Amino acid sequence: MLDILIILIKIVVLTFCVVLPLVPVSVFFERRFCAVIQDRVGPNRVGIPLTLFGFKKDCSVFGLGGLIQPIADGIKLFLKEDFTPKHVRKVFYWLAPALTVAPALITACVIPFGTPVSLFGHTEKLVIADIDIGPLFIFSVASLTVYGIAIAGWSSNSKFPFLGGIRSTAQMISYEIALGLSIIPVLLYFGELNLSAIVQQQAEHGWLLLPLWGHDATHTLTSKLLFWFPAAVSFLIFTVSVFAETNRMPFDFPECETELVGGYHTEYSSMKFAMFFMGEYAAMVIGSALIVTVFLGGWSLGFGTDPWISKLSVGGFGFGGFIHLGVFLAKVVAFILFFILVRWTIPRFRYDQLMKLGWVIFFEAALVNVFLAALIVAAPHLAAAITAIGAVLLVIVTAAIVWVARVSEAKPKILRA
Amino acid sequence: MAVVKLQRPKLSPGEAIYLTALIKGFFLTMTHAVKSLLGKSMGAKDLASSGLGVTMQYPEQKWDEHLPEYYRGAPALVTDEQGRERCVSCQLCEFICPPKAIRIVPSEIPADDPWAKVEKRPAEFDIDMIRCIYCGMCEEVCPEQAIFMRKDYAITGLSREEMVHHKDKLYQIGGVRVGLVNKWNELK
Repeated sequence: MLDILIILIKIVVLTFCVVLPLVPVSVFFERRFCAVIQDRVGPNRVGIPLTLFGFKKDCSVFGLGGLIQPIADGIKLFLKEDFTPKHVRKVFYWLAPALTVAPALITACVIPFGTPVSLFGHTEKLVIADIDIGPLFIFSVASLTVYGIAIAGWSSNSKFPFLGGIRSTAQMISYEIALGLSIIPVLLYFGELNLSAIVQQQAEHGWLLLPLWGHDATHTLTSKLLFWFPAAVSFLIFTVSVFAETNRMPFDFPECETELVGGYHTEYSSMKFAMFFMGEYAAMVIGSALIVTVFLGGWSLGFGTDPWISKLSVGGFGFGGFIHLGVFLAKVVAFILFFILVRWTIPRFRYDQLMKLGWVIFFEAALVNVFLAALIVAAPHLAAAITAIGAVLLVIVTAAIVWVARVSEAKPKILRA
Repeated sequence: MAVVKLQRPKLSPGEAIYLTALIKGFFLTMTHAVKSLLGKSMGAKDLASSGLGVTMQYPEQKWDEHLPEYYRGAPALVTDEQGRERCVSCQLCEFICPPKAIRIVPSEIPADDPWAKVEKRPAEFDIDMIRCIYCGMCEEVCPEQAIFMRKDYAITGLSREEMVHHKDKLYQIGGVRVGLVNKWNELK
């Protein structure tokens, strides 16, 4: 009974009080950051209208006016007319927005938010479901998002949403492979599929991309630095694939305004549209949470401070976990800012370029990277000759793949007048 | 027309890999971001920015002193240096006004008035600011130089009635204009 209560509390607190508020926050950051990039100001006015309640002045939070803007947006969307066109398939039309939001929020349950927190002698992990298949669970659930988009496109029963849905499906297929393959080197390195354990290892022996502390016999500095290269390639492929997965800017084909009007949510209005919007941003939050967890040390502050932080407590209340939660959220927000920077820097890819990038470049690169990582991980246990043969084989295979990719590429025909 | 054949430029390996361009792009956008946070965006000074980007924050800061001489704001009536209403209610502006925003009720100037020789002045002169399109034709057409476009642009009201400028309001906006029309003055 107590267990179920605790799980419920964790769901409510971590999903609805930590992840969900990050959605409006990232919307706010998106608008302010893009404004600043474009030499504008952005929403800076909306404060709490205290004058309505008889106070002298309106409150603008932390001198950063506009923080309430997402709430105003939400109220606006909520109060708009929820219009259902006559030509849609009602059941699926209603189902689609929910199918987009739900998976994004479900995936939050395996993300480790921090070290355990103890209260009244009871220790509780800051993760909703500490299961041993973390990344696989996230991939399997997150790829359900595409059903929401495809169903929205189909049930809208009009051209542009339909094209958006189709594009989304094609994009998902071409990126899911690279996404799955690119994380294999990481899993090989940690020998773990439990995200909490992965982060724990990173806290002890250095983050995957910043392995500068916690050296010992099994985690020597050289082995870590050797693994840095495949880890960086993994990071690059994984990050780009997450961009494609969340339909963010360089790959936002399902909803590109210039080509498809509004994409799959053209026919939607009011709260249904808001749910698509929320789903997109929730996916972005979860995506950056996953990247931070796997590559950037999750909740760990780094440089060997973590054991000390997790022991912090005042009168039986071990609050170290909350500090780690803060560190984790700071990292996630920083990565969200990177997402936003990318959106306002890189122009949209052409559709065939995206497919080529997914199938021809990233798929092969991820495959080669898996073998390279395997070689590096296994090298200490193998004879030098076998390692050398493996390395030579890897080079040959890589060269062959590059050659095939170059030859198979159709040369553009030169038009003759 | 001759057909122009375009060849795509040949990319060097550095360009083909696309990463350098991406990093250049990040530098470009981040420079813009940092500059606009510091209030040093290009043109921020000329545009009198508020210190964030090039934007002037409207209700607190106003563009008023930067308005050009030829700015066409709210139309208004003027009096001359002797306090005479310049309008002789010839109704030319009423007839020329494209959106029919002006309504004039002419009246006769009584014989005992010092300006009796002008003969007419408006009893009522209403400009409906909801209709006005600020075209400036009334100013253009006025033979007496009595109506001018002023620099007021923030004309607001809570009802349609409030948005109609009556005669007293028009003279209040317009103020006094000196010179230009001397034909009614006493001969020296």
